Amino acid sequence: MGEVIVVTSGKGGVGKTTTTANLGTGLAQLGYKVALVDADIGLRNLDVVLGLENRIVYDITDVTGGHCRLRQALIKDKRYEGLFLLPAAQTKDKTAVSPDQMKALCEDLSQEFDYVIIDCPAGIEQGFRNAIAGAHRAIVVTTPEVSAVRDADRIIGLLEAAELRDPKLIINRVRHKMVAAGDMMSIDDIIDILAVDLLGVVPEDEMVIITTNRGEAVIQDDRSRSGMAFRNIVRRITGEQVPLLPLEEGGLFSKLRRLMGFK
Amino acid sequence: MLDFITRIFNRESTASKNIAKERLRLVLVHDRASVSPQLLQTLKEDLIRVISNYMVIDEEALEVNLENSENQVALIANIPIKSMKRNVNAV
Repeated sequence: MGEVIVVTSGKGGVGKTTTTANLGTGLAQLGYKVALVDADIGLRNLDVVLGLENRIVYDITDVTGGHCRLRQALIKDKRYEGLFLLPAAQTKDKTAVSPDQMKALCEDLSQEFDYVIIDCPAGIEQGFRNAIAGAHRAIVVTTPEVSAVRDADRIIGLLEAAELRDPKLIINRVRHKMVAAGDMMSIDDIIDILAVDLLGVVPEDEMVIITTNRGEAVIQDDRSRSGMAFRNIVRRITGEQVPLLPLEEGGLFSKLRRLMGFK
Repeated sequence: MLDFITRIFNRESTASKNIAKERLRLVLVHDRASVSPQLLQTLKEDLIRVISNYMVIDEEALEVNLENSENQVALIANIPIKSMKRNVNAV
């Protein structure tokens, strides 16, 4: 039986959908069979991030409502053997699916796939409750900002209350230069506050915007730093021990220079 | 050179990430305890009930707040006493 992982954050705009797309693509690259589920009903997005928006026929509510079979609604990504998307409905709202239906759906998917990754909507209302209902474990995405970390803390509390213990943290959009200058919270600061295990750190990277424009995942780009970070996270998900990327660009010397006022 | 020295000494305290971290720490204490004004009110009423067994307190002037000092958050209660009850020991 496969593993069901929910990607959540509380706050919107921190990179849940981008993370889901990259983890799914990365796992498929390693040869796993992966189903990505867009649980953000009414605000469908994972399809465009993956470049699959033109191929949607049925969506998640058609499956839960019994209008089609699960297999019919799953869109196969032609670039990767083993990568599938179950899109969200765009014209319905979050009450169109119940937690029990979601649980059953995850159960069905995990029979057939190695990994089922659920893209959770922002917020803590029913969309969130639906998204976590069938999950075995949770990944919390945050950015080094007060508002995002605060919401992550709330989400971690809600996950624990729902018996989803030991969520893993991804810190997204880290700017190492600002961290070095003391103008952005560091990885240690955030881990210290949230007291959860770190799954990975993704640097701020323009390539994410460029690849998303094209409907591709940045993990496909071999040279980008964010792609490398996502590849490491994917390997950690499969159980491999992978050290963190070196955080400071340029290291001690450039730090010293900055300290002494040379740019 | 003076600039260099002030940079070194001021770095830790003025770095904006420290401000962010401190604000976060404080806001999370409230969030985690889910300290709503309502919860503080119930806490207040419980305190009054217990303390009134021993002394007469000024209920109107009673203050209970979460306060942030140096490195910790404390529950600070200011409870003015009007008089002690004579028969406390007998209770």
